[in-house]
Amino acid sequence: MPNDRIAAVGDKDSVFAFKALGVDVFGVEAVEDAAKTIKALAREYSVIFVTEDVAEANAELIARYKARPYPAVIPIPGANGTNGFGMRGIDACVEKALGRNLEEE
Amino acid sequence: MTRLNVNPTRMEMRALKSRLKTAVRGHKLLKDKSDETVRRFMEYVRLNRKLRRETEAEVTAALKAFLLASAANSPESIAEAVEVPAREVRLKSGECNIMSVYVPQIEIEEGDDKELYPYSFATVSSELDDSLKNLGKVLVKLIRLAEVEKTCNMLADEIEKTRRRVNALEYVLIPDYEETIKYITMKLDENERANTIRLMKVKSMLEKESGGR
Repeated sequence: MPNDRIAAVGDKDSVFAFKALGVDVFGVEAVEDAAKTIKALAREYSVIFVTEDVAEANAELIARYKARPYPAVIPIPGANGTNGFGMRGIDACVEKALGRNLEEE
Repeated sequence: MTRLNVNPTRMEMRALKSRLKTAVRGHKLLKDKSDETVRRFMEYVRLNRKLRRETEAEVTAALKAFLLASAANSPESIAEAVEVPAREVRLKSGECNIMSVYVPQIEIEEGDDKELYPYSFATVSSELDDSLKNLGKVLVKLIRLAEVEKTCNMLADEIEKTRRRVNALEYVLIPDYEETIKYITMKLDENERANTIRLMKVKSMLEKESGGR
């Protein structure tokens, strides 16, 4: 069950800043190690922000949480900008729902 | 399509007809549901795209500013400044029903408006203050993004499920019923005809017998 808290997972440089705002920060060293952290956090937190590079490496795991109301696992860009993973997520979602992607601006 | 394996009797046909009626009605309802869900979904997707475009730029900017600020100070002083937050974010999470999908509704709870900066201004540079202020603003938007993106994901899932159901009804169940009902009707008619012929035959045989006498 959600505990109404926010967690942030990613490389330390990117997510450390969230700590000052009261977000619980979990720095991961290797991108692949994040799977364990995310799994553990998913049991407790309502919202989990994951930096895009980590999210991309664990896309399969994150897709598992998509059909449930909680937790919301959301990819965010790191300090060195976005790589488009978040946007691609929206496109994939549209494609899943409508069977094809609508180019819309 | 395949015919169902049932006995060609009047009773079976009656039961099948009522099932066909239910299936047709269910198909119509599900189709309407799917149309409306897609409409709502498109609204959310548009919002999702917009929010994401905005927040992505803002988050990157805020994090970059924070990195620059921490470069201007010693890592120890940054760690000391940020490690123990002065305030705690709490979310108000509920559930909201969109087309019978329970989607989360997340709001950030602006608790007691305590000091944002968990450190003394004397120890670190002013860039840190700025970056934290911006990040605080972005966080509110990020929570909204989380809510919208989750809603999109769940609606997409639901649309896919509904579409499967609609297709199963439209292309499998309903044709099956129709074919079975047709088969039973033909079989019953055939029996009826056979019966009539038999009666006619018996009658003519009887007539022949009585005429000969």
